[in-house]
Amino acid sequence: MAKFEYAPAPESRAVVNIRPSYGLFIGGEFVESTGDSTFKTISPSSEEVLAEITEAGEADIDLAVRAARRAFDGPWGRLSGAERGKYLFRIARILQERAREFAVLETLDNGKPIKESRDVDIPLAAAHFFYHAGWADKLEHAGLSGGSGQPPRPIGVVGQVIPWNFPLLMLSWKIAPALAAGNTVVLKPSKTTPLTALLFAEVCQQADLPAGVVNIITGTGRTGAHLIRHPGVDKIAFTGSTEVGKDIARSIAGTRKRATLELGGKAANIVFDDAAIDQAVEGIVNGIFFNQGHVCCAGSRLLVQENVADDVIMRLKRRLQTLRLGDPMDKNTDVGAINSAAQLARIREMTSVGEAEGATRWSAPCALPERGFWFAPTIFTGVSQAHRIAQEEIFGPVLSVLTFRTPQEAVAKANNTPYGLSAGIWTEKGSRILWMADQLRAGVVWANTFNRFDPTSPFGGYKESGYGREGGRHGLEGYVTTGATR
Amino acid sequence: MSSPPATAHARTAAASARELLGVGALTNASLTTWLHGLPGVDHVGADARAAGLGTRSIKTTSKAWAIDMAISMIDLTTLEGADTEGKVRSLCAKAMTPDPGDPATPRVAAVCVYNDMVAVAVDALKGSHIHVAAVTTAFPSGRATMAVKLTDTRDALRAGANEIDMVIDRGAFLSGRYLQVFNEIAAIKDACTRDAPDGAPAHLKVILETGELVTYDNVRRASWLAMLAGANFIKTSTGKVSPASTAPVAMIMLEAVRDWRDLTGTQIGVKAAGGIRTTKDAMKYLVMVNEIAGDDWIDPAWFRFGASGLLNDLLLQRQKLASGHYSGADYVTID
Repeated sequence: MAKFEYAPAPESRAVVNIRPSYGLFIGGEFVESTGDSTFKTISPSSEEVLAEITEAGEADIDLAVRAARRAFDGPWGRLSGAERGKYLFRIARILQERAREFAVLETLDNGKPIKESRDVDIPLAAAHFFYHAGWADKLEHAGLSGGSGQPPRPIGVVGQVIPWNFPLLMLSWKIAPALAAGNTVVLKPSKTTPLTALLFAEVCQQADLPAGVVNIITGTGRTGAHLIRHPGVDKIAFTGSTEVGKDIARSIAGTRKRATLELGGKAANIVFDDAAIDQAVEGIVNGIFFNQGHVCCAGSRLLVQENVADDVIMRLKRRLQTLRLGDPMDKNTDVGAINSAAQLARIREMTSVGEAEGATRWSAPCALPERGFWFAPTIFTGVSQAHRIAQEEIFGPVLSVLTFRTPQEAVAKANNTPYGLSAGIWTEKGSRILWMADQLRAGVVWANTFNRFDPTSPFGGYKESGYGREGGRHGLEGYVTTGATR
Repeated sequence: MSSPPATAHARTAAASARELLGVGALTNASLTTWLHGLPGVDHVGADARAAGLGTRSIKTTSKAWAIDMAISMIDLTTLEGADTEGKVRSLCAKAMTPDPGDPATPRVAAVCVYNDMVAVAVDALKGSHIHVAAVTTAFPSGRATMAVKLTDTRDALRAGANEIDMVIDRGAFLSGRYLQVFNEIAAIKDACTRDAPDGAPAHLKVILETGELVTYDNVRRASWLAMLAGANFIKTSTGKVSPASTAPVAMIMLEAVRDWRDLTGTQIGVKAAGGIRTTKDAMKYLVMVNEIAGDDWIDPAWFRFGASGLLNDLLLQRQKLASGHYSGADYVTID
């Protein structure tokens, strides 16, 4: 029994008003589906049903794409960049004003700790709108013309499909640059986390955004596939698994559609023997246990120099024992719920694979709540490159620990994966950071930090982690064209 | 620069240091190699970790418990040129009865004064079990010869001080004369052991004055150097230099005592002094003690707050928790 126990400090959920059921947001209004298929969204920490959600069918998607087309051909397409920017600024401010509401709703629907939705997801989502609001009237000066001499123009109607790990943040990564560049969007949130996207639809109304510029259609993977195949969509932006990303690439092959894909990852977090060890341990924790490991760029492989491996693992285990797992609405919770039963099953499967492969499993000793989907922070030591847990994305709070002897070996192991989204380097030696960053085949390389995001910094992958970038000037490239738009 | 006399403890400290460092002779070079071989501290990461711990929400029952714990960890301090016997006596009365309206309020751990006020405090606190701590060694600058520092310390011990808060020579530390810093600490420690009048060795708190050391790497090295030389406590600041105690600095010192115990089996205390004024601040420090050093340090024997104004804010919050409403500054005594 610890001397200093923290009493429950729950955030109030009174700030959100969840409706019993939701329609689709098409043409600036909430509308009923033409079909009658629905599903329920639940709170993964308690399995409480939060609301009934519409599953959009092909007819609904057609209406949404037409609404987006009308807006593109009509009021939105004729607005100046400066005017578009005003709308984005307005949305950003409303997100800040309603930050607590969004944070609570995100935590209820997703299962992530309130401290993360409050301190990371929602502030970053607002920051993305602020950042892109500033670009809206400066696109001609962003070097986007690619030598054509033509000013960059919007592509048209963008179909966007986003995952459940950072629902509102991924929405903002998608919608903010699309709108800044003058496109209109049809966005489909994940089946398990639709609520903040539906609340965002209210924000669009509150901001008087012209009808049809943003359309939100809810549904399952099938809904997403219909949206991607719809002939009226000019561009696809997708964040999700590599498997689905490959399907999308196949399905749009031979069409005029272009795509940006943010897919999976199996990032190496590389700790050298001269690293600032206490901060490196924090970085390892932040790299893989932040957001329950539901992060495509998670540092799921720890590569630690062999001569400090024992010390680092001892410190890591000690640190994991102080992580507080439990009610995501408690302000002191560090590790929340796994997002869904399906994801929990996947994590359990992969950890049994790890054990069967002969790696040593260690889980932080913590009591798991009875209801809901939970998985204790877990590390595997004695992992080798040949193990599936070193190769496949687990997308959960599971760290695979490997060792290396030289910087060359670290690079070889880090790059020995079909993915290439991110990597981390921990060393006090600046020249080694530069050399490593040059060698690593990863879209983001963090030095002495991990999982830091900023709207000004482009994010995206090498290899099977996808193509295209989001954020920064580079992120705008995916939303403009200098040729014909149709 | 004259070396301090090689007294009994100083010799013992040097012997155990030689053993720990694995060297035949304790030289400035061997100390430098050892201290500079400690893992570095990444400034950005350390700040982020301390800030993250600062977001813990301590409410209701845990807040009540933590307020009482914090009160019992206070070294109630007055270190002013204007201090008088009357001022020190009234501070001692406050130490013994922090809240006259509620006798269940815990007493503070110690009263901390300059060496000429030690006798007054000892007399005022007689029978209370509250310790008297004296700042010595030419506090706060430490700019005096070793003979003066030793006399200063012995004076305080003879007057009955239970705890000695010494300052390190930051000039020597910053110019790389680690052996000198080591020897000075060891000599004062020796005085604490041998010159305490009733035979009970005084506890030695070594003030690093982290505001003058500036970098977190220096804070870590100074912490380890002080522990190696025999400190019972490592203490952040004099309170006379800004910044005094900050959350990241205290965190790095808590990491140091944690790692030192892992290495040697010996537990060392930490005192955060200066700049901690509110209950909220105190809660943040207790969270750090809890999550960085661990349970064993949640004890007035192993963690202290050096403060004056903090006590009254803790008392106000304590009254608020008991009564459900805020009282106000007139409902706690000023000293």
